[in-house]
Amino acid sequence: MSRTVIKVENLYKQYRLGQVSTGTLAHDINRWWHQMRGLEDPYEKITTLNNRTDGDESEYVWALQNINFEVKQGEVLGIIGKNGAGKSTLLKLLSKVTSPTKGSIKVNGRVASLLEVGTGFHKELTGRENVFLNGAILGMTKVEINRKFDEIVAFSGIGKYIDTPVKRYSSGMYVRLAFAVAAHLDPEIMIIDEVLAVGDIEFQKKCLGKMKDVSEGGRTVLFVSHNMAAVKTLCTRAILMNNGTIFKEGDTSHLIDEYIHINNNFSENGIIARNAQRIHQTGEAFFEKVQVIDKANEPVSIMGFKSTVQILAEIHVEKEISDAIFAFSILNSNNDKIVFTEFPENSFKHIMLQPGRHRIKFVIPVQMNPGTYYISPNVMKSSGESIDYLENVYKFEVTKDATEGSHHYRWNISHGNVYGSAQNLSIDKIS
Amino acid sequence: MKEEDKWTEVITPRRGLFDIKLEELWRYRDLIAIFIKRDFVAIYKQTVLGPLWLFLQPIFTSLVFFFVFTKVARLPTDGIPPILFYMSGITMWTYFSDCFVKTSNVFVSNAHIFGKVYFPRLATPLSIVMSNLLKLLIQLTLLLIFMIGFYSSGKLSVYPNWTLVLLPFLICLMALLGLGMGIIFSSLTTKYRDLAFLIQFGIQLLMYSTPVIYPLSSTGGKLRTALTLNPLTGILETFRYSLFGQGVFDPMLLLYCLGFTFVTLFFGIIIFNQVDRSFMDTV
Repeated sequence: MSRTVIKVENLYKQYRLGQVSTGTLAHDINRWWHQMRGLEDPYEKITTLNNRTDGDESEYVWALQNINFEVKQGEVLGIIGKNGAGKSTLLKLLSKVTSPTKGSIKVNGRVASLLEVGTGFHKELTGRENVFLNGAILGMTKVEINRKFDEIVAFSGIGKYIDTPVKRYSSGMYVRLAFAVAAHLDPEIMIIDEVLAVGDIEFQKKCLGKMKDVSEGGRTVLFVSHNMAAVKTLCTRAILMNNGTIFKEGDTSHLIDEYIHINNNFSENGIIARNAQRIHQTGEAFFEKVQVIDKANEPVSIMGFKSTVQILAEIHVEKEISDAIFAFSILNSNNDKIVFTEFPENSFKHIMLQPGRHRIKFVIPVQMNPGTYYISPNVMKSSGESIDYLENVYKFEVTKDATEGSHHYRWNISHGNVYGSAQNLSIDKIS
Repeated sequence: MKEEDKWTEVITPRRGLFDIKLEELWRYRDLIAIFIKRDFVAIYKQTVLGPLWLFLQPIFTSLVFFFVFTKVARLPTDGIPPILFYMSGITMWTYFSDCFVKTSNVFVSNAHIFGKVYFPRLATPLSIVMSNLLKLLIQLTLLLIFMIGFYSSGKLSVYPNWTLVLLPFLICLMALLGLGMGIIFSSLTTKYRDLAFLIQFGIQLLMYSTPVIYPLSSTGGKLRTALTLNPLTGILETFRYSLFGQGVFDPMLLLYCLGFTFVTLFFGIIIFNQVDRSFMDTV
């Protein structure tokens, strides 16, 4: 049996909401006074569960609550959960960036954490100088970096640019060099947060390959990501977090299904409650309904292979919006964006929305492969700020049987997913 | 199973007051060296004159002081040629103020790095003090060149003496005092930014209450007693005494300064060590 290298026991982390101001000093003094008399922290009792949509008035929240788990040597543990579930806080505690409020973490071995790539890069310094700087920040010694220097440069593909200040680099080169340094760390335990979301597809594949090598070399890895495909390929075991607690622990593919399940707001008929969980909202408009409909305008949840997707959405506008842009995504069960559509397509045109209820209907001319899909609606301002943005509000399934009357459309490939331009678009004010 | 009880690291909410991991700091010595290099190299990138600015800064300031304080205000300089008097004062003072001011916002200005990766936080203020030391040594060389110039032209009739052997000690005191005060302030500014404003004006006040632009001998009575309470007074006066044989040399003053420095540094390290664990939540 392999030994335990990380043991997390009864871990809690408390955060204070709002701004640090004059009130903070009063709280600090009160807390200190309680501590002096050997009493409990007076603000611990009023701390609430981490649920961002709650209208709770408490100033303190538990970002993490009663976290317990163990990691064995050589294990690749995935940590998944939606935004705000506490994943990043947990990684911060594990990598000693901040300390826990209660509980303990016991570690056996040298830890390197990668919460971002290129930490400490100085734009005025050359690539070479930055490799040494970044490497040292990550805990490597000069001798170690010297030994691996050629390998790092080769991996990054920077070549002759190595003696140019990094401010002259393209963003891709910058990130590749940064990842190259990180990839050549040699710790016993590695903590990684989403760093794969960098570079082009080719480089991402290279990174993923490197990570796989690392994990197969007997290294213990903790990996946080929203990229379910990456979690699935890399991790042997996973932890699913929700509202600052561990929701479930176990087999990776099992948990990914569970994640999708708790991560969506869908109801059978596609009606979206006003208090549904939003990724971002300004309060100026709310989606009230998003459905996939058939030719008779009835909602469908199962459709045949090769059918096109017709979407019906209703939005309630509170305040006039002069520059609305709609974006709809279809995600698969790995939470990967498969199809993306946006209108108006011409970025200089915007849609004017009067207060009231509007019905939007359009067809996305793509043919879906069999599988389970989810729809995420988003309405933005021309600045790109989301007015109302929800994840996975409607679920539908595509079966293996082709339906009649299916058409052949051209797929426009861009950035790894399909862009489908909306057809037969209509936006009507209904009340 | 027994093996599992041996943990290389246990992370808990609070850390002991004296749990200062010096051996960990030593392991990160390469990082400190690279930080020093970064601070030194990065400032002069894309400047035409490069490190030459290290020489130009004290010369310009000395000239300005010469015109303002000698020509206009007619302050005495203890019989030392004014340019040398100011240059010696500025060189030492700048070292202290750079150490103090730069370490005093170490948490705030490095939050983007501290928030992403762990390394002993003391590495950053230490590297600041040391990269400034490099700057100081270069500027002391400049002072030496000026002194030789004055001697050879016969304009200097005051000479260095045996107390010059105290110079490394004086520099250490300045470094440690700047570091100690800096890390106290940096620990406090993470939560209460008010102190950052206080420093801006406090450092000026401190300069005028230190014999940088005037000799201690030109003061008397209560003012003089008050000035000797400033630990920097002893350092600057001893420094000038050792170079020019003019000024106040009082071992008691140095001893006071030594005591003050150690108390400051001691509390500084303890406070810093407590704050660096959780400052990311408040910064």
